[in-house]
Amino acid sequence: MINAVEFANVSRHFGSVRAVDGVDLSITEGSFFAMLGPSGSGKTTCLRLISGFEKPSGGMIRIFGQDVSMIPPNRRNVNTVFQDYALFPHMNVRDNVAYGLMVKGVDKRTRYGKADELLALVKLDSYGARKPGELSGGQRQRVALARALVNEPRVLLLDEPLGALDLKLREAMQDELKALQRRLGITFVFVTHDQGEALSMADTVAVFNEGRIAQIGTPAEIYDRPRTHFVADFVGSSNVLSPDMARSFGAPARWASLRPEAVHIVESNARARGTVTALRYIGAGTRVILAVPGGEITAFVGKGLKVPEQGAEVGLSWDDTVLHVMEEG
Amino acid sequence: MSLAAIDSTSPTPQATAILPQRGIGDRLSALFWRRPEILLVVLLILPLGWLTVVYLGSLAALLLQSFYSIDEFSGLIVREFTLRTYLELLRPANMDIIIRTVTMAAAVTLGAAVIGFPIAYYAARYARGSWKALFYLGVMLPLWSSYLVKVYAWKLILAREGIITWATDLIGASAVLNGILALPVIGGNSLSTSYIGTWLVFLYVWLPFMILPMQAALERVPQSMLEASADLGASRLQTFRTVVFPLAMPGIIAGSIFTFSLTMGDYIIPQIVGSSRRFIGQAVYQLQGTAGNIPLAAAFAVVPIIIMLIYLTIARRKGAFDAL
Repeated sequence: MINAVEFANVSRHFGSVRAVDGVDLSITEGSFFAMLGPSGSGKTTCLRLISGFEKPSGGMIRIFGQDVSMIPPNRRNVNTVFQDYALFPHMNVRDNVAYGLMVKGVDKRTRYGKADELLALVKLDSYGARKPGELSGGQRQRVALARALVNEPRVLLLDEPLGALDLKLREAMQDELKALQRRLGITFVFVTHDQGEALSMADTVAVFNEGRIAQIGTPAEIYDRPRTHFVADFVGSSNVLSPDMARSFGAPARWASLRPEAVHIVESNARARGTVTALRYIGAGTRVILAVPGGEITAFVGKGLKVPEQGAEVGLSWDDTVLHVMEEG
Repeated sequence: MSLAAIDSTSPTPQATAILPQRGIGDRLSALFWRRPEILLVVLLILPLGWLTVVYLGSLAALLLQSFYSIDEFSGLIVREFTLRTYLELLRPANMDIIIRTVTMAAAVTLGAAVIGFPIAYYAARYARGSWKALFYLGVMLPLWSSYLVKVYAWKLILAREGIITWATDLIGASAVLNGILALPVIGGNSLSTSYIGTWLVFLYVWLPFMILPMQAALERVPQSMLEASADLGASRLQTFRTVVFPLAMPGIIAGSIFTFSLTMGDYIIPQIVGSSRRFIGQAVYQLQGTAGNIPLAAAFAVVPIIIMLIYLTIARRKGAFDAL
C-alpha cells in the first residue's frame, strides 16, 4: 500500500540549528494526521517540507510514492491552509477561491462555478463579492480552506489553522474540519501546539520535540501510554512521576505517568498519603493538587464526591493497571 | 507596614483618592483631558494656517493669473477674465513643449519603475540588518549632495570628451555608442546634448523617490502570500503578475507621482544636459522672467497639475489603490 506522505530520515538544518533531524514517518491515505509539539519543535518545518517551501538537507520525501525532492511547490498536488490565511487582499472572496484554477488557465465560468460550490461547502455562499478585509476571522479561515480545496489536492496541509480563533469558534471549527475530512476523504496533515486539538481531531498524532518525533500513535496511545517523559509532560493533564516517586508508589524506578481521574481519595487502604495544597474547580469536578513525598500529583474529584479541604492530609489510591511506566526518560 | 500606617500619614481621607496637582504641566493635561478638541486646535493651527495661506494661497494666485492675458502692444497684464492664454498653449510651438515634457516625464517614470523595482524587491524581501542599512544609505546618499553639483558631474560624464566616450573607446564599443547617438530624435552630437542624456540624468536624480515608496509597499506583502500563490499552482511569473505587482501598485503610483511631477517641473537639468529644446519648466522660467508674460507662465504651470489629476483618476479607475 502506498502512503500519502512518507519521510525517510529527513533532515532540515538551518546553519547549526537542526530544525528537523532524521525524521521517519508515514501518513496513511485518507487519514487525519496531527503534528503536535511546542514552537521550534520542527512540526511546521515538516509541513513546509511537504509543501515544498523548505528543501530537505538530507533524506527523502515521497508523496504518493513519488520522490518530490526536485519538485517545486507549484507542481505538488498538495495545498496549504496558512496560519495567517494569506488571502489576497486585492481580490474578492470568489477570486481568491478560484485563484488555483485561474493560474491553471481554467475558463471563467468553470472556475467561478467551482468556487461557488466550495463557498457553499464552507457555508459562505453569499460572500463571494466581498473582500477578505470585510470578513471576520472565522470567515477568513473558511475562505482559506475553500481556496486550498479548489485544486482538489490529494493532501491538505493545515498550519495551525485555528490558532487565531477564539475558543468557542475553535471548537466549532474542529468539528467542522473533522466532518469535512471524512466527507472528502482527503488526507489532512494538521500542525498544532494544542494537545486538546490534536487528540480530539486526529487519527494519528506525531509528537515533535527538538526536531525529532518523540512518539507517534493514536490519540489514546499518546494520552494513556506516553513513551517519554516529554510526551507525558507536553500532552499534559497527566501526572508525570519521577523515578523516585514511581518507586515510592510501588512501581519500578523509572519515569511514569498517572492520570488524575484514576487517582482516588480514600479513607482506608491508602497506597500513599498527600497534603492538599490547592483546589481548582473546573465545572465538571475539582482538580485537587496534593503534595506527596518527592513531588506533587493531581487528583480529579468528580461532581457529587466529597472534596477535601485545603491543607488536609488524605489517603490516595489507584489501580495498578493505570500507572504507566515509560520506555524512556 | 499596614494600610492603617499609610493612612495616618495622609492629611485628609480624600488625598488618598486624588493626587495633588503639580504645576502648569498637570493643569494643561487636565485641560486637554476635559476638552480634547483644544489640543487638536493647538496642534493644527500652525501647519493648517501655513498650508492655507502659503500653499493654497499661492496656488489660487497662480490659477487666477492664468485667466488673465497680456496686451501684445504694451506688454502689460490685462486683469480681465479670459481663456485666451490657455488657447495660446495650443499653438504648435507651445504644444511641442508640453508633449516633449510629458513624454520625458513618462519615460523617466517608466525607467525608474523598471530599474527601481528589483532593488526595492531585494530590499523588502531579502535585505536584513546591516544590508538593509546599506540599502537605505545607498539609495539616499545621492540625495545628500547638491543637486547642481550632481547635474554638472553628469554633464562631464556624458560629454564627448567624458568618461563614457573614453570607456567605450577602451573596450572597443564606440560603434555601439555612435549607433545610439545616431538614433533619430533621441540621439545627438554627444550624450550630454541628447535627449538620452537628459533622460539619464533625470533617472539618476529621481530614482530614490521611486525606490523608497515601492520598497515600503513590497515590505507590507507577507511572505505567506507569495507562498500561497505558489502553493495554489502559480509560476513565479504568474505570482508576480497577479499578486506582487497589484499589491505593490500603490507604492509604484506613489513613486511615479514623485518622478513624474518632479520631471515635469524641473528646468535645470534640461538646461544643462540635453538638446536646447525647451521643457515646461524652462518655458515658465523664461516667460515669467525675461518675457514678463506671467499669465502664459501660469497657464503652463497649470498643465502638470491637470496631467497629474488625470493620471491619478485613471489609476484609481484601474483599481491601482484597491490594495490600500
